Amino acid sequence: MGGYLAGLSAEARVSFTVGLVVNPVAGVGGRVGLKGSDGAEVQERAFALGAVPQAAERASVALAELRARRPDVSVLTVAGAMGEAAARAAGIVPEVVFAAADPTSAADTIAAARSLAPQVDLLLFAGGDGTARDVLEAVGDALPVLGIPTGVKMHSAVFAVNPRAAGEVAADYSRLRDAEVVDRVDGSPRLFGHLRVPDVPARVQQRKTGSSGVTPDAVSGIAAELGSLVAPGELLILGPGTTTRAVAAVWGADVPVLGVNVLQDTKLLAADVTADQLLKLVAETPAHIALTPIGGQGFLLGRGNQQLSPEVLRAVGLERLHVVATEAKVVALGGRPLLVDTGDDALDRAFPRYVRVGTGWRRTILYPLNHSPSHPLNHPNHPLNERQS
Amino acid sequence: MSASSPRTPVPVEDARIAPKPGLRRFHQARWDEPLIFELTSPGERGVGVPVTDLPVPALPAGLARAEAPRLPEMSQPHVLRHYMRLSQETLGVDLNVDVGQGTCTMKYSPKVNDSFVRDPRIASLHPLQDEGTVQGVLEILYRLEGLLKEISGMDRVSLQPASGSSAIYANVSMIRAYHASRGEGELRDEIITTQFSHPTNAAAPKTAGYRVITLMPDADGYPDIEALRAAVGPRTAALLITNPEDTGIFNPRIEEFVRLVHEVGGLCCYDQANANGILGITRARDAGFDLCHFNLHKTFSTPHMCGGPAAGASAVTSALEPFLPRPTIEFDGSRYYVDDDRPESIGKIRPFYGVVSNLVRAYAWIMALGAQGLRDVAETSVLNNNYLISKVLEIKGVSLPYARGRRRVEQARYSWEKLNADTGIHSEQIGYRVADFGTHYWTSHHPYLVPEPMTLEPTESYSQADLDEYARILAEVAREAYEEPETVRTAPHNGPIHSMRDASLEDPGTWAVTWRAYRRKLA
Ligand SMILES: Cc1ncc(COP(=O)(O)O)c(C=O)c1O
Repeated sequence: MGGYLAGLSAEARVSFTVGLVVNPVAGVGGRVGLKGSDGAEVQERAFALGAVPQAAERASVALAELRARRPDVSVLTVAGAMGEAAARAAGIVPEVVFAAADPTSAADTIAAARSLAPQVDLLLFAGGDGTARDVLEAVGDALPVLGIPTGVKMHSAVFAVNPRAAGEVAADYSRLRDAEVVDRVDGSPRLFGHLRVPDVPARVQQRKTGSSGVTPDAVSGIAAELGSLVAPGELLILGPGTTTRAVAAVWGADVPVLGVNVLQDTKLLAADVTADQLLKLVAETPAHIALTPIGGQGFLLGRGNQQLSPEVLRAVGLERLHVVATEAKVVALGGRPLLVDTGDDALDRAFPRYVRVGTGWRRTILYPLNHSPSHPLNHPNHPLNERQS
Repeated sequence: MSASSPRTPVPVEDARIAPKPGLRRFHQARWDEPLIFELTSPGERGVGVPVTDLPVPALPAGLARAEAPRLPEMSQPHVLRHYMRLSQETLGVDLNVDVGQGTCTMKYSPKVNDSFVRDPRIASLHPLQDEGTVQGVLEILYRLEGLLKEISGMDRVSLQPASGSSAIYANVSMIRAYHASRGEGELRDEIITTQFSHPTNAAAPKTAGYRVITLMPDADGYPDIEALRAAVGPRTAALLITNPEDTGIFNPRIEEFVRLVHEVGGLCCYDQANANGILGITRARDAGFDLCHFNLHKTFSTPHMCGGPAAGASAVTSALEPFLPRPTIEFDGSRYYVDDDRPESIGKIRPFYGVVSNLVRAYAWIMALGAQGLRDVAETSVLNNNYLISKVLEIKGVSLPYARGRRRVEQARYSWEKLNADTGIHSEQIGYRVADFGTHYWTSHHPYLVPEPMTLEPTESYSQADLDEYARILAEVAREAYEEPETVRTAPHNGPIHSMRDASLEDPGTWAVTWRAYRRKLA
């Protein structure tokens, strides 16, 4: 596959044109506890549950960052909610080259991406795994693509770690790599193909990897440790994942693997809750949150657990947030930092630079959490960067 | 002469004796030997005890067994043959170029040291003998402590621990006693270690009831000093750190590590089990440490466990002396004696004085080398390691991650990540195939931080030809991985057993370390 812009630094490019496609309903399912947002039916349910679309706002954060770094950038996009609005919110006057039907659908994403592709250097899309599949279908490996993360779970490796990082990366990258497009089909992840994505390991996420297996003794140690932190009567909010599910199982609680669940005195109090429900619960009773990073990616927040909204996190308090994982899972991150993308920049930055990850009874690994591009991962000597070359 | 003459020289190409290959055509014995209990033959005896007319006093009632023990009944040659056969099915330290078991410091243990241990003046001693009758061995232990004080720079050394892990546990116990004596025992409940330190540095404090915080390496593979800054605080009891770590990388900021921990009132404990590359070059005391330990097996003559029993030495500064395991061995100017009256002692880590056979070997080893000899050991092992690194890095598919352009001390952790990506062959499979050439190989502690790891440690005992042979074996196995991966995937081919499923080692349901357990679970 040819070079495209690979090897060219941003400065060396004469003029820089970015295409933008926004899936306006991407991610609406997140805070209301749905496991995705694809399909008119799910979207209707999300809105009925009080969902507020956030894709446009997150896309404009990315574009503002891009514009700050590359004032000369030209943006080609779709009329209205599929791009134009987000660009204008970022202070960019885009060139509108495509108009979609209202309400928009996956077919519009595909048609818009197809018409933008031949005219731009890089295609930015705002959405989740479903949108990534549409973009893959539309453009394949014809040009560099980067996802602005606005979906719910985002298993694919085509997204920046957060919207701001999408702007940073779009403004300056020198190499590309093939990145997996993955989506859940009937409950299990499936690989759909690869997009050509800027190769900036610290700022572009990895794909989610399968569970590295949770050994019973590690999990019972983690459960004992967590149990000792939560006082009788207090709530324990468990994020999704096989680790947290196994911890609940140690106490005899059977919780769904994908949702956010609330325990009290080791019993399931509320399963698969929404952000609003959580906010009500934590307003009444002191709570703790236990999260496990997404295997391979390192995300603690903002991928598949948007129910833990910035409001919920602030109400509980970051000092009552506990990160747990088996040692094997931590090591499998391969030195990649933990990541948070809560949707609230100030909150993301309030996280400490190092987080204690509980790996067993009285055992923690102090692990770096990334919220700055100066992270050692960006160091050219970092083994991850060497391995990719 | 006619062609049929028996004196006709055999043309080379017809020779039954092939030219010596660059690689050893090794094949290990396979005896298919039963367990010794299965070899029992009723009535067979090792020694025929003569019948006597003399009166034999009856055993005191409380000591007599109700029934005879179910031991195998065998003659001496049958017992000897059994164990000779088993020994031929192992790869003992004196048989192979044992550079593949990184972190184990496999070195030649001079045979003369064994003769001291077998000498009846050592072998027939009993630990409960009166002090006055064991002055010689007490003198050896006392002098060995003096030598280790010099090697570490510390003020006192206990030789009681039974292994490296036992010495670390003793050190953790002393750390706890120290803080308790200052009224901070409850407050200081955290111990910090690093991921590339030996796992005992996490396991021992956890066993002792501490909370353990592990630091991950930074981008260059060094312990992450920013992480240490984030970890230390009023709850810090101590830092337990191996240096050089299992990667063979010496921590260039070790003094800063010590300073950061001391600033918050914590103690620093140096794991010097991997001392082979630093003898006579750096000392724990000079780096500011409060405690350290040595593995007296490994570095000091006795081979690592399974090659022989272990012994550890715990060394401390005078501030920690009151807490040493008891008893200590003292000298009053004319006689050696055992001091058991140590009210602040952590107690016993092991019965009696320590593993005396290993302590004698360590003493003999150090005395034979002298100060300059110890330094020569360190320099030779570092030279050997860096020579082997240069040979190994010529092999396709292998790399040496981290600390680019910096030399390793006495061992190195390599990665076969590229070979694995190219061929699908894993590091463990390379290890099984290496055994087909009559030598050992080791990956790394779990979980693997370096992908597809291999850890090699060529000590001072190996010649250039030995190291070349080992590198040739690795090169051949890597070639096979690329050209005939099935050979590697189905290895070992030349050993007494085929590959095991590691999972069965982790399942207590399949363990059978006694005959009774074997009959109950597996027979
Ligand atoms: C660095 C280090 N520390 C501690 C130990 C534990 O020693 P042992 O196996 O005698 O318990 C080892 C093992 O060789 C080691 O390499």
